[in-house]
Amino acid sequence: MLHAGCDVGSLTAKALVLKDGGILDSLVIRAKANPIESADEVLKTLLSGLKLDIQDIDFIVSTGYGKDQVPFSKCSRSEIVCHARGAWASHPSTRTVIDIGGQDAKVTRVDENGNVLNYRYNDKCASGTGRFLEVMGKALEIELEEMGEIVKESTREISFSNQCVIFAETEVVSMVNEGVAIPDILAGLSRSLASRVAALARSVGREADVVFTGGVAKNSAVKQALAKALNIDLMSPAEIDPQVIGAYGAALLAREICESGEDLQQAV
Amino acid sequence: MSYVIGCDVGSLTSKAVVLKKRRFLSSAIIPSKAKPEISAETVIKEALGGAELSLHDVQYCVSTGYGRERVAMCDKTESEIECHARAAKWLFPSVRTLIDIGGQDCKAIRMDEQGKIVKAQANDKCASGTGRFLEVMASILNVDVGELGMLSERATKKYTMSSACTLWAQAEVIKRLNSGYAVADIAAGINNAMAIRASILLNSVGIEEDVLMTGGVAKNPGVRADLENIIGHRVKRSRNADLQLAGAMGAALIAQESIRQ
Repeated sequence: MLHAGCDVGSLTAKALVLKDGGILDSLVIRAKANPIESADEVLKTLLSGLKLDIQDIDFIVSTGYGKDQVPFSKCSRSEIVCHARGAWASHPSTRTVIDIGGQDAKVTRVDENGNVLNYRYNDKCASGTGRFLEVMGKALEIELEEMGEIVKESTREISFSNQCVIFAETEVVSMVNEGVAIPDILAGLSRSLASRVAALARSVGREADVVFTGGVAKNSAVKQALAKALNIDLMSPAEIDPQVIGAYGAALLAREICESGEDLQQAV
Repeated sequence: MSYVIGCDVGSLTSKAVVLKKRRFLSSAIIPSKAKPEISAETVIKEALGGAELSLHDVQYCVSTGYGRERVAMCDKTESEIECHARAAKWLFPSVRTLIDIGGQDCKAIRMDEQGKIVKAQANDKCASGTGRFLEVMASILNVDVGELGMLSERATKKYTMSSACTLWAQAEVIKRLNSGYAVADIAAGINNAMAIRASILLNSVGIEEDVLMTGGVAKNPGVRADLENIIGHRVKRSRNADLQLAGAMGAALIAQESIRQ
């Protein structure tokens, strides 16, 4: 049996294919102009690499910001549920999931069966989401993927007086002009983002184990800063890209829906 | 020798006002330079030039605003809240509530009959609800920030912005532009978002009539009209005074008092 999950985010689109519950492959692409295109491209590219076709997939569940616009998915689930399910499947000891995406951040508490207990999210303020780093990266002319490595060279702890993306951007530019070292600036920005998300996590309660997911989870500087701010060990999903956890959860839910034997129409 | 100066060094613009015995002589507004001390020097010289005076004629100078500590020629510094309250009282003795929207912050102030500050709240944490929000939006619409208010008056449709955050609003405005919305309609939505934020801050100090708006954004008729609608109170207009100068004016009034003492 083949199941797929498709997570259409604001900045990236992700897809993952399961064969009898085991991961076959996954893919992350930059989001296109609209969610339909993004979903189409990410899933078709992934499947063609596996020499598969959309018709070969038994059931597809979509999630993410564009979840209801995915043309070939008849069923969508919230990102909260998908991230919880994906993180829990990768570590059954998961009780809290911190997910930082391109346009929001969410903290979800799950029970021992991977069901959502409660959650909090921020999508109102760009500071405290992946967008914060994206804007700063642009100002510093640094790619998101490079940030983790560059921060390792930081030698001095600096802090920012502004949280707001707009104000912090100005502050970054003036720091660069004053000759502050780029790794130190990036380290400061990582702490800044971490402190916002840590505040969100504290408001939900952060029971161990805590798993860090989403694109920003790949940034080792933010991960370290967040662990320090929460004074807790942060786990990464086991043997899976933290950015595709939402798609993984969606694929797992697709499988569950099929296996439960419930009428698919009803599940939809 | 009995001339005094008030100088307000803001993040986006710097302002100076010259007074003689509480009488308004001249003023200047310039875009702020990279260094506050240079902004102050330039704007003070320009204001003095307008009254055909030189630095030697100045008896006392008070500075305010974000860069106030770095104005070397000043005798004294004063908070923006104090200066705006002082100017408001001088312009309109009936004013009890004041909202000052500057380039990168917003302050709401409530005063008693004597002009004493009863309660004040400021937002300098979030760009939304400050002049910076309008600046960012104007640049996307490719219009001068000074034109935004007038555009509001030409709007034919009302649309509300769904996000308060400047960054998300930016994306929203670009999307609207690309889907063919009229610039005037978008501008009206932007002014409305600004007015909503200002009303929240005003409510946090409590609104008592009369209400006055100062700072650069006070010149935006769209924001003012929407604010009046939201709070249900009239916002006073000034025929003679440039309300962007309120901070500098208040500083000059304080300078005047300082010589008398």
